[in-house]
Amino acid sequence: MQFESRHIGNVAVAAPAGRLDHSVSEAFEQSLLPLAGDPNTRALVVDFSGVDYISSVCLRVLMLAAKALRARKGRIAAVSLQPIVAEIFAISRFDSVFEMFPSLPYALGALSPGSAPAQGTPAAPNNA
Amino acid sequence: MQGARFWGTRGSLPVALGAAGVRAKLIAALRNANGRTFDSDGDLRAYLDALPFEISGTFGGNTACVELLTGGTEYVICDCGSGLRSFGQATLARHGAALPQTYHVFVSHVHWDHIMGLPFFGPAYIPGNRVVFYGGHRNLEAALRRQMEAPSFPVRFDVFGASIEFVHLSPDTAHDVAGMRVTLKRQHHTGDSYGYRFEKNGRTIVYSTDSEHKLTEPNERPAFADFFRDADLVIFDAMYSLAEATSIKADWGHSSNIVGVELCQLAHVRELCLFHHEPALDDAALAKVLAETRRFEEITRGDTALRVSAAYDGLEILL
Repeated sequence: MQFESRHIGNVAVAAPAGRLDHSVSEAFEQSLLPLAGDPNTRALVVDFSGVDYISSVCLRVLMLAAKALRARKGRIAAVSLQPIVAEIFAISRFDSVFEMFPSLPYALGALSPGSAPAQGTPAAPNNA
Repeated sequence: MQGARFWGTRGSLPVALGAAGVRAKLIAALRNANGRTFDSDGDLRAYLDALPFEISGTFGGNTACVELLTGGTEYVICDCGSGLRSFGQATLARHGAALPQTYHVFVSHVHWDHIMGLPFFGPAYIPGNRVVFYGGHRNLEAALRRQMEAPSFPVRFDVFGASIEFVHLSPDTAHDVAGMRVTLKRQHHTGDSYGYRFEKNGRTIVYSTDSEHKLTEPNERPAFADFFRDADLVIFDAMYSLAEATSIKADWGHSSNIVGVELCQLAHVRELCLFHHEPALDDAALAKVLAETRRFEEITRGDTALRVSAAYDGLEILL
């Protein structure tokens, strides 16, 4: 697994890449949770454009990140899901946990200060 | 081991298909017919058979009770949920009251939904029958007796006319019962639950309900993969979505369809049967979960396919 992160204002953007399966769950957790737990992070966007699979144990890591952010009224979003990963989100009902956006610019626009949460918004087609 | 017959498949609480639900199914079936006429009952049955199960049938509402079809002359049952009443009626109809039978009853745990059928189990009241309860809980007998004490129930446990026996089984040790090799595994659930692995004549059925899988415990996956290893059928607690099981319903003691597929794929299981259905889900919702689970299996499939089914009251799975 590869993992990159950056900040755009007080929005943290995480970009894992590869196959998020059981073998990388610990590394994924150690990379993602510090971002979610950073008190300066008001929102976390996870860019899934480089992810071709995600397993239950890595979905759980996402849930931990969501809990950490929500505990201080932060927001969490998932963007640019490949079709298979989007299906896994739907089947596991994680699409109701995350704000879902077709791409990073949509998420940054929605997560900018003053914008309302869009929890449960169905993922728009990635080519939208 | 020949298969399994499901008498109760719902979790937590029995549910009934109400008048509104029946009416909705009738409307859907009639609308689907679209003016078609039927010349015989056979035509009608064929038409109904072609409808989606959530229209022509129902998953049912009895709580956990599964009969193992062992090929032997003695009955083997997993759990005494409300489905046990129907099972008892069926065996009495088959044999009558005069022909003594032996019933081996394996109890996953003593929460109410898994024992509530016992007071209505007709064969237990008939002298000559033998009912043997097996479990890993030391309080199994006390729990079964307590639910039949006043003021909760009008008939005391001691009224049972059958010979009643209790056998404590130690986990992680193989036991020989009714010609089967039986192994228990302690599972995460309030007060603990036990999963059972039944092996006979080269066929294996695993009954693993009311079991929460802690995704971060290092030994969890390999231990359950070993317990499920190469089973022909795994009956699996898939009560919640993964999102629910890892958030608002974490530590409620249940698992998800996603984890069921992952564990069964890891263990090279032949068939996963979704079980212990959430009582809030109607037939359409459960059919959707089944379709989604089959799709999840498809997109995560390795070398061999895992068959996926969803239990319903009356389902019979032959190995």
